[in-house]
Amino acid sequence: MPGVKEIRIKIASFKSTQKITKAMEMVAASKMRKAQERMRATRPYAEKIRRVIGHLRHANPDFKHPYLVEREPKAVGFIVISTDRGLAGGLNVNLFKATLAAMRDWQQQGAEVSLCLIGSKGVQFFRRLGNVQTLATVTHLGDRPHVSDLIGTVKVMLDLYKEGKLDRLFLVHNVFVNTMSQKPVVRQLLPVISEDEDKLQKLWDYIYEPSAGDLLEGILMRYIESQVYQGAVENVACEMAARMVAMKSATDNAGKLIEELQLIYNKARQAAITKEISEIVGGAAAV
Amino acid sequence: MATTVHVDIVSAEGEIFSGEASMVFAPAVMGEIGIAPRHAPLLTTLKPGEVRVQTPAGEEHFFFVSGGAIEIQPHLVTVLADTALRAHDLDEAAALQAKQRAEEALRDRGDKVEVAEAQAELARAVAQIRAIEKLRKIKG
Repeated sequence: MPGVKEIRIKIASFKSTQKITKAMEMVAASKMRKAQERMRATRPYAEKIRRVIGHLRHANPDFKHPYLVEREPKAVGFIVISTDRGLAGGLNVNLFKATLAAMRDWQQQGAEVSLCLIGSKGVQFFRRLGNVQTLATVTHLGDRPHVSDLIGTVKVMLDLYKEGKLDRLFLVHNVFVNTMSQKPVVRQLLPVISEDEDKLQKLWDYIYEPSAGDLLEGILMRYIESQVYQGAVENVACEMAARMVAMKSATDNAGKLIEELQLIYNKARQAAITKEISEIVGGAAAV
Repeated sequence: MATTVHVDIVSAEGEIFSGEASMVFAPAVMGEIGIAPRHAPLLTTLKPGEVRVQTPAGEEHFFFVSGGAIEIQPHLVTVLADTALRAHDLDEAAALQAKQRAEEALRDRGDKVEVAEAQAELARAVAQIRAIEKLRKIKG
């Protein structure tokens, strides 16, 4: 039977841990709300830019930019967005599993795989792997990632794609389904998959300043950047949601442990008192 | 008769403006352009500067953009801003500081990339200051 004092110390330590996890849960909840707002704010840009690209492609069906042309996939790149900090349940692990599965698929098809990592958890994980090349990394974007932090990293991959050293580019990040569930997805960034190709309107063209090629290049680049940015923002929302849930269960578990320990403590205290009384009684009887 | 054009100004980090306008001015790469309703389709990139939107009610809105693209269709103008903030949100002191920093960097003359970056920053800072000055005149 552990001593009464030891149990009391243990209860106190559990209580302080519980306070910390409770605070983390609440912080994550408020950050999640803000991240969700930012997630919504990124949507108009992506919609508008997609519309412009759609118009451009309608206006110039024969203009082929490398970002739009399918090539034999000999080398594949992945941009993996993970979190910077842990204590977020299985969020990162699930993401890495999905990445590894996608990577294995491509490797079996004989394609070379290289990575671009956003977030320090990803950097730590894939460093241990060793058999893939990591081309670019960026970490510590914080809770409010900015497009300017991502431009350089994305450019590394875009340049390789343009040089023909990459034939496919994928983005791996978590999708915010709801507070309780986040799902890792692998999405193709390059070549750009065009949607709603069917609604070809009457033929018209823009006036271009300077040239159509340069414009398309700039707009496609911004489109990719905005997609990566969107992924990064969504990943923050996922991180916060996952952390909130993880911390909530940690708080609940700490509560359960404290309850159990409290019972043991009460029993131990009672046993000690009973022992003392019986000793006194026994001593008195002997006199 | 439609005498207005719908304007959307968006940046990757959020929507900035959406509404009707009777006239839009934007700093295109080839020079400032004015867009009236039913303008011919035009696509061009923007340099750092201010986008002015005149509403049918006669109000004028200023938005600072540090580059981007503009798509014009007869009844629709879309500004894809790289980073755009409301002009009155701009911190004049920060703009001046940025200009000083950029000038210092220019004087140092590092490699070509640094010079190009500094020049871009200088252009941005000058445009920000001009936007603020214009706003002041209107208010004052």
